[in-house]
Amino acid sequence: MATIESFVEHLRFLEKTSVRLRIDLLRMLHNAQSGHLGGSLSVVEMLVALYYGQLPRGQVMRYDPEKPGSEEQDYFVLSKGHASPALYTVLADLEFFDKEELADFRQVNSMLQAYPSKKIPGITLCSGSPAFGFAGAVGLAMALKAERQPWNVFCLVGDGELQDGQFWEAVLLAHHYKLDNLIVLVDYNGLQMDGSLRTTVTVEPIADKFEGFGWKSIHVIDGHNFEDLLIGIERGLEIQRRPTVLICRTVKGKGVAFAEGKASYHAEVLSDQEMSAALPALEAQLKSYNHPS
Amino acid sequence: MRFNPEKQISTEKAFTESLVKLGGKYKNFVILSANVAAPLGLAAFDKEHPDRHFPFGNSLRAMIAAASGFVVRGKIPFLCGYGISVTGRGWDSIRNYLSATPLNVKIVGIHAGILNSQEGATHQPLEDIALMRSIPGMKVVCPADAEEAKKAVEVMMLDYGPTYLRLMHLPLPNLYDKEYKFVFGKGNIYKSGTDVCIFAIGTTMHTALDAAEILERKGKSVMVVNMSSIAPFDEDLVVECAKAVNHVVTVEDHQIIGGLGSAVCETLATHYPMKVLRLGMNGFAESGKVDDVYRKYGLDGVGIAEKIESATK
Repeated sequence: MATIESFVEHLRFLEKTSVRLRIDLLRMLHNAQSGHLGGSLSVVEMLVALYYGQLPRGQVMRYDPEKPGSEEQDYFVLSKGHASPALYTVLADLEFFDKEELADFRQVNSMLQAYPSKKIPGITLCSGSPAFGFAGAVGLAMALKAERQPWNVFCLVGDGELQDGQFWEAVLLAHHYKLDNLIVLVDYNGLQMDGSLRTTVTVEPIADKFEGFGWKSIHVIDGHNFEDLLIGIERGLEIQRRPTVLICRTVKGKGVAFAEGKASYHAEVLSDQEMSAALPALEAQLKSYNHPS
Repeated sequence: MRFNPEKQISTEKAFTESLVKLGGKYKNFVILSANVAAPLGLAAFDKEHPDRHFPFGNSLRAMIAAASGFVVRGKIPFLCGYGISVTGRGWDSIRNYLSATPLNVKIVGIHAGILNSQEGATHQPLEDIALMRSIPGMKVVCPADAEEAKKAVEVMMLDYGPTYLRLMHLPLPNLYDKEYKFVFGKGNIYKSGTDVCIFAIGTTMHTALDAAEILERKGKSVMVVNMSSIAPFDEDLVVECAKAVNHVVTVEDHQIIGGLGSAVCETLATHYPMKVLRLGMNGFAESGKVDDVYRKYGLDGVGIAEKIESATK
């Protein structure tokens, strides 16, 4: 990515990938008639930035779909395990497994369980209960440090997870063990199952909390903007002797206009009617990337 | 029996000695500890095997989750904590993320039972076996002396899957010598007899033997069987022993619900229905000197013998 032009082109590729994956995601959830829509849509860009993004130093995450489980790679942990549909569409797109598996999500005898399971190629560890995956990622980063291995651990957490006590135990540990190989992205969409975080139990001020615990916190003003995300990640990778958190402002239900910013779509699936409104909008968007005006 | 006999070591101390000894042979295990490095004497391990012990302080729930991260790097974590909290506070994590897709992790609970007497009811794990035994695939072992603890740790090094090791802080008299073999899923007839069979674990192996001595002086013939492997459970042995006697008794330093007594009853209800006298805790205990607490709650030799006598009249 030597030139500004090629960077702009890369951003465009990432945007297009996000739209493409959103379509897969909606089809998958509609087919299953079960699963978490809102929080899956809010993390699409973060996942795409991690799995498809390029920095001047190279791939954001160093991995090889041909070698899932390799010990020589960066790791990703989806702590907000209920966003599994978003991760599954990414892994299928990258051919960690056959895309046809998406059709069986949450069905009996399927590989794609509701929450990420180690049995799925590309999944680092099982997660789903608030804060468990994050604390697991801290353990993984501790092990890598002790081994003096150069691999990084990226972990995506939901803002609601910050209400769990275990979360802050792990925040404390990551600082104590100087885990500069750990980069955490907070999906700060401000909504949880019960409604807004602000009225349920506020987690503000997030950045001050992390800083107070000895972390470097970086604001990502728009967690759906790839320039913001890549710059934030690059800064995070440069931080030494302490962990980094990227607080990414996002919109729950992003990309489906009538679901955006609504807690009611946390675990709600779309009706046939809603699908017929949501899909054409995304398909039109995808077309515009294929045929730029 | 006498608690704290000279020249003997506790199962906790035996555990640490084993890890120090085996650390060179097995390079892949690590220790995660939740404020138990001092009582377990883990400094001895740190000295021999640097960079393999990770203190978590009181961040116990995070420790349980972090274990799954260590597994990703091919490590075998020994999660050490107080039996009361390491099984209770992180139970859903142990169930969901260490066991449902079984990881090779070893959970070690120390200061088990009312043997941890002076600390009082809040610090006496009495439901830990029940909590762990109910998780599918979880192995549960409660050694009865230092030698058995060492043998169990050796077996755990080569075994795969989540395991709970229940340890006690007071030295216990020796039951076994170096020839003893611990096997998951196998009980051990320590002493044979024809009238009463007492199934026991851990400390109650010793008080059961005291009770057997008292009862034999009164003309009863008593078998004492060590069921240290509570999961998997030696059902065949339980049935075989039950067939050989007139009365079956279980004794445990644990609630009578969910532990050894339940395991024996479940086995016999299915394969050889008969009445079982379950001895152990049926409520919460209190602070006190260990002999006093064991006497008050009927887990000493005299108490066990009395209850067996009145039940078998």
